[in-house]
Amino acid sequence: MPSVTMTVNGQEVSRDVEPRTLLVEFLREHLHLTGTHVGCDTSQCGACVVHVDGASVKACSILAMQAEGGQITTIEGLATNGDLHPMQAAFKEHHGLQCGFCTPGMVMSAVDLLKHDPNPDEDTIRHWLEGNICRCTGYHNIVKAIQHAAKEMRG
Amino acid sequence: MPDTGAPRVLRKEDHRFLTGRGHYTDDLNRPGQLYAAFVRAENAHAKLNAVNVEAARKAPGVVAVFTGKDMEADGVGSLPCGWVVTDKNGSPHKAPPHWPLARDKVRYVGDHIAVVIAESIMQARDAAELVEVDVEALDANANPAKALEGAPAVHDDAADNLCYDWELGDKAAVDEAFAKAHHVSKMELKNNRLIPNAIEPRAAIGEYDPGTDEYTLYSTSQNPHLLRLILCAFVLNLPEHKVRIVAPDVGGGFGSKIFCYAEETVCTWAAKKVGRPIKWTAGRDESFSSDAHGRDHVTHAELAMDQDGKFLALKVDTIANLGAYLSSFATAVPTYLYGTLLAGQYKTPAVHCNVKGVFTNTAPVDAYRGAGRPEATYVIERLVERAARDMKMDPAEIRRRNFIQPNEFPYQTPVALTYDSGQYELALDEALKMIDYQGFPQRRQESERKGKLRGIGFSAYIEACGIAPSKVVGSLGAGVGLWESGQVRFNATGSISVFTGSHSHGQGHETTFAQVVAERFGVPVENVDVVHGDTGRIAMGMGTYGSRSLAVGGSAIVRACDKIVEKGKKIAAHMLEASVDDIEFDAGTFRVAGTDKQKSIGEIAFAAYVPHDYPEDVEPGLDETAFYDPANFTYPSGVHIAEVEIDPDTGETKIVDWVAVDDFGKVVNPMIVEGQVHGGIAQGVGQALLEECVYDEMGQLVTGSYQDYCMPRADDLPSFRVAMTETPCPHNPLGAKGCGEAGAIAAPAALMNAVTDALGTDEIAMPATREKVWRVAQARLTPAAAE
Repeated sequence: MPSVTMTVNGQEVSRDVEPRTLLVEFLREHLHLTGTHVGCDTSQCGACVVHVDGASVKACSILAMQAEGGQITTIEGLATNGDLHPMQAAFKEHHGLQCGFCTPGMVMSAVDLLKHDPNPDEDTIRHWLEGNICRCTGYHNIVKAIQHAAKEMRG
Repeated sequence: MPDTGAPRVLRKEDHRFLTGRGHYTDDLNRPGQLYAAFVRAENAHAKLNAVNVEAARKAPGVVAVFTGKDMEADGVGSLPCGWVVTDKNGSPHKAPPHWPLARDKVRYVGDHIAVVIAESIMQARDAAELVEVDVEALDANANPAKALEGAPAVHDDAADNLCYDWELGDKAAVDEAFAKAHHVSKMELKNNRLIPNAIEPRAAIGEYDPGTDEYTLYSTSQNPHLLRLILCAFVLNLPEHKVRIVAPDVGGGFGSKIFCYAEETVCTWAAKKVGRPIKWTAGRDESFSSDAHGRDHVTHAELAMDQDGKFLALKVDTIANLGAYLSSFATAVPTYLYGTLLAGQYKTPAVHCNVKGVFTNTAPVDAYRGAGRPEATYVIERLVERAARDMKMDPAEIRRRNFIQPNEFPYQTPVALTYDSGQYELALDEALKMIDYQGFPQRRQESERKGKLRGIGFSAYIEACGIAPSKVVGSLGAGVGLWESGQVRFNATGSISVFTGSHSHGQGHETTFAQVVAERFGVPVENVDVVHGDTGRIAMGMGTYGSRSLAVGGSAIVRACDKIVEKGKKIAAHMLEASVDDIEFDAGTFRVAGTDKQKSIGEIAFAAYVPHDYPEDVEPGLDETAFYDPANFTYPSGVHIAEVEIDPDTGETKIVDWVAVDDFGKVVNPMIVEGQVHGGIAQGVGQALLEECVYDEMGQLVTGSYQDYCMPRADDLPSFRVAMTETPCPHNPLGAKGCGEAGAIAAPAALMNAVTDALGTDEIAMPATREKVWRVAQARLTPAAAE
């Protein structure tokens, strides 16, 4: 089996994997980072969104080997020194999650949105989230949380 | 929104979910664990001639392959339906066997044929491809509307495909009322079939300990105790005390995780056979094909009125698709959770309902958010809106004229239920104000100037929640009691552990239940932890469905708190050298009435565990359990109004405003309740505009992935405006009615009433997709264009 090496949440990791191993399987099964979830098998639901070299990527849509040498951030790596990232804090403050299953992907996707647009309006947020399905919240409070996080992060 | 004066309480469970530290079933791994992959039916209906597993058995990593024959040899039973509905001819419903792995035939695409168990999931899936299934394809019966018209029989012992022909209400009284009606409004309504689609797929890990003969099943269940009862008593014939079911963090349920499924049964049974834990996690394709689906009714309904628009009688005839097999509570959903709700919020004196439950070669259909009540609300509220249009009456006015009034409770409906409380007009008035109903004609004109079609639609819904008094449901055919348990344990140092039979899979019980207890004992919410979802830690309970958790589960917790207080008073009386009768308790303090002599609940708890100075006739410890069986259903109600703007050129339906005024009785955590309403509305919008599970005539599942089944995305939905009235439930200690299903119940009718108002015709069925809306709009604007 080929070996793959990447940096995940600031730590370099190497593992031998079957070539067909998806990045999300690598994270969950090999590194036991189970915060990244799998909600579908067609790259639609977005529960598995992580950051690869700073950009949001559905971790079910690339092979682990394609992330060779990459910088990966998962939901477990978003908080710093125990302090929630402003996006995580905003989701909590505005009840942007219920069952929590889509949440990691939703948060990782939203963090990337603010890199592209630090002051998105409601339509922009809703359009950006097209690739993330939530069945619980009706998105209302997710949108609100992202708006507040954006405000917080703009300072 | 009622102003409770209390600060917002944020959710205790959020931290772990937001940091990726939740523990969903698929996140768990057991030592030595194997993986299961299921071989599923590709035909909707076929005779199983042979299942050749030899090649699969020899594949790399494969530990075992089992078929229905292996389970049969072990005496494994059928997956039962827990609610027996009695046919109008007096006989029980037909309940053909539902084997966890098929034995003679497969009856829907996705039906279970064999399981391959291997060292890795990839090996299991690879080997599953090697199982050779020799079938003789049979004609399929996939259309419920035609199931009773000579379609192929799904089961030999239900040759006409009829499970039951059920009725409720006084048919003679209805016929008499129709005979003298001034006007009768009629509709043909289809309640589209839905796939629940919790974002966490179902999963299970079965485990067996030969040293103790104990099984453990980790499962994505909404009701682990109920699952254990069904598995032990009916399917696997195991002693209940030797089976533990853990439902850890569960990523949404919406009803679909209530039921006892084949996969978890197989994993539990096979774990003993192979002597190692076995894990199975559904792919989304498996969720689509084998989760229990929802709705799927075809209905003809008629409403008789006098010349003033007063309702005289309602008759409803429905064909309800039950799928290929009876899922755990399938039979009750289109009967006791549907027919009994058909009075709605109105004083319709006579109602008659006939439901024919039919078998088809489709996945089993069972409870999905609202379960029967969205279907009932859809019938009533579409028909009432139609009646207003027929009678040229204002849709708000026709409702107002027929509402049950606040002074008429308890109100006995003609369809069995006794409503306990409600203020229907209050909610309507508030909703009309919020949406600025007066301003609608002007807004409509403005839309028209832009070439758009604007519509407004109402839905005044009622639910029966809590489900419910055990005696009542028992008399109606339920196989279980529907109480709930709650245990409140003070630890010696004053923190509190609460154990509940309710299960949280998004509802936030860890917060709401902690608030209930914290408020009673005057302690911070942080000092209270709520434990749920583990039969090994919690007294027997009934789980979460039917918006029951706070009204029933919360009430059990309150009763346990009451017991704590009663015992605490005895301990306090001893310590304060007073009579028990003189001890008062308020917000965490026991006090001798009229004095400043007092003990905090923390001091009492410590004394209970370190009983050095302690009354002789009181047991040590401060840990009380209560079982609460409700006296009645609860009856949440409300009014939703949707306003839409349709672009006739694109067929796009834009929801320009949505107001919801709901009455859930007393609310503990308004933030959580609002969130429940948002989510419910979103699912209702999905049903009305986007979602539809489609089987073709051959019984192939056409909508088997998120590419084919349209889930509501963020940009399909608006923000919602949510308000509440508060009419406390008179018969439970919290005054709570339940809020989890309301949005999904109210929304489809409100939205379809708005869409049809905009289009000027009722001739459009759910889901009102862009294409359908475009065709209708074009046909009306330029009759030739849409040909």
